[in-house]
Amino acid sequence: MNALFEYLVRLGDDSLIIGHRLSEWCGHGPILEEDIAMTNLSLDFIGQATSFLKYAGEVEGKGRTEDDLAYLRFDRDYRNLLLVEQPNGDFGMTIVRQFLFDAYRKLLFERLIHSKDETIAAIAAKSLKETKYHLKHSSEWVIRLGDGTEESHQRVQDSLDTLWRYTSELFYADEVDEKLVKDGVIPSMEGLESAWKASVNEVLAEATLKVPDNNWKHEGGRKGMHSEHLGYILAELQYMQRAYPGLEW
Amino acid sequence: MKELDIATLQKRFQEKIDNDIKIEPRDWMPDDYRKTLIRQISQHAHSEVVGMLPEGNWITRAPNLRRKAVLLAKVQDEAGHGLYLYSAAETLGADREETIDDLHSGVAKYSSIFNYPTVSWADMGAIGWLVDGAAIMNQVPLCRCSYGPYARAMVRVCKEESFHQRQGFEIMTTLANGSPEQKAMAQDALNRFWWPSLMMFGPNDAESKHTEQSMRWKIKRHTNDELRQMFVDATVPQAELIGLTVPDKDLKWNEETGHYDFGEINWDEFWEVVKGNGPCNKDRIDTRRKAKENGAWVREAANAYAEKRNKRKAS
Repeated sequence: MNALFEYLVRLGDDSLIIGHRLSEWCGHGPILEEDIAMTNLSLDFIGQATSFLKYAGEVEGKGRTEDDLAYLRFDRDYRNLLLVEQPNGDFGMTIVRQFLFDAYRKLLFERLIHSKDETIAAIAAKSLKETKYHLKHSSEWVIRLGDGTEESHQRVQDSLDTLWRYTSELFYADEVDEKLVKDGVIPSMEGLESAWKASVNEVLAEATLKVPDNNWKHEGGRKGMHSEHLGYILAELQYMQRAYPGLEW
Repeated sequence: MKELDIATLQKRFQEKIDNDIKIEPRDWMPDDYRKTLIRQISQHAHSEVVGMLPEGNWITRAPNLRRKAVLLAKVQDEAGHGLYLYSAAETLGADREETIDDLHSGVAKYSSIFNYPTVSWADMGAIGWLVDGAAIMNQVPLCRCSYGPYARAMVRVCKEESFHQRQGFEIMTTLANGSPEQKAMAQDALNRFWWPSLMMFGPNDAESKHTEQSMRWKIKRHTNDELRQMFVDATVPQAELIGLTVPDKDLKWNEETGHYDFGEINWDEFWEVVKGNGPCNKDRIDTRRKAKENGAWVREAANAYAEKRNKRKAS
């Protein structure tokens, strides 16, 4: 197994799938300003996916491009977190999903900018700038909705309760991570989970939301075992490439 | 200060128009001028926002990462145009939410072109090339429109539209130079979007009830038929360049006039779509209405939160 390839695909797929989910909102946002904001987020993620998957293809050395990786793998070869493939639900569900992910991504990129791998460090530096804005945006909405009306409070609390089961996977680590840390390619991720909890709890407290006590762990995405939702995402995402193989667009 | 009588105000207003001095929000203007602009600008805004839907339909199915990003950016630009335009309408005293409710109830119109379905990827090319191309023909003269905020909004909008037009043409070029199925896809999209694009310029001059007054006020600088002719003249050679056939058997270069002659538009179809009977009118409005309804709790929460925060600050 090529650990670096595997790691890059994990990062790239997270961006690709959450970017795809956000793009589903285009034209359907609760206000025009948020329609624009979500499209912006989506664009950032598609850009990140392109960078990570392009580099993954180079590292693999088999001539696969970023598009080959994004469009021509089967579901078990996707390595994204289960969290990012969860359906958009209502606006609150999308915001909570985004918030939980952004808080993780910010901390992750703050570490990865110190990677000894120059390409990873460069992509992380660019992505970190974007992620800071994403987290600001999603945090502000979590607070607004949590501390807004009774209805909005209940809705986001329900979303939080639904999505919480996918958060332990954010800190999933296996032989891939171990090898890269050991080889000095990426820094140690020690303390990531506690830092994430602290930053998430702070926002949730301000939003008057209760941290769920359900600690059931859903994992599998990093090994290619996904929820039922990914298949439908891929059916749309890959439609053109599968229907018309090998053409330039 | 002495109150000026209406006749003097009218005279001063028309002098400004005649001397190409922009009318600004706080200037006196005739009620009908204000009404015409509110109608036109809000319809323009609605067109941008409804126009997000036919292209939004292909974002999740775009064939590669670059196309997906470009399409996202384009649809996002349209949302941005909608925002500037609603703001321009607000400078005339229109209320954004009320104008949107008019759209949802069918009182306000939007460009009929968006009532046609996007059934293949090539439609993303055809829309950029033809629909944005036609929009540019309409909008470039609006950069010199007599109402300042609208004219200035149009400057930025046109820059972005011209980028959209080029990316649409680039999609069409790629398809036209591609496999036989890709070329057929491109031709099919041109067949479906050509006539509705010509309809975007509105009824023939003789049938256009707003044109004459709008030209006197310099809201409009060219008639519908002039603009349509400019569009045909510019677009036909582009189709030829990439080897696609414009679906009009009467299309012919006229040496004498220096323009293309073209066939008769199906005006029955035009009026049916305007009336709401196009293939997607109901879907488009239902989608927009649903977006607003589903977002009601979000907007209420944002307002409630803002109010709470203000109270906390005050105490």
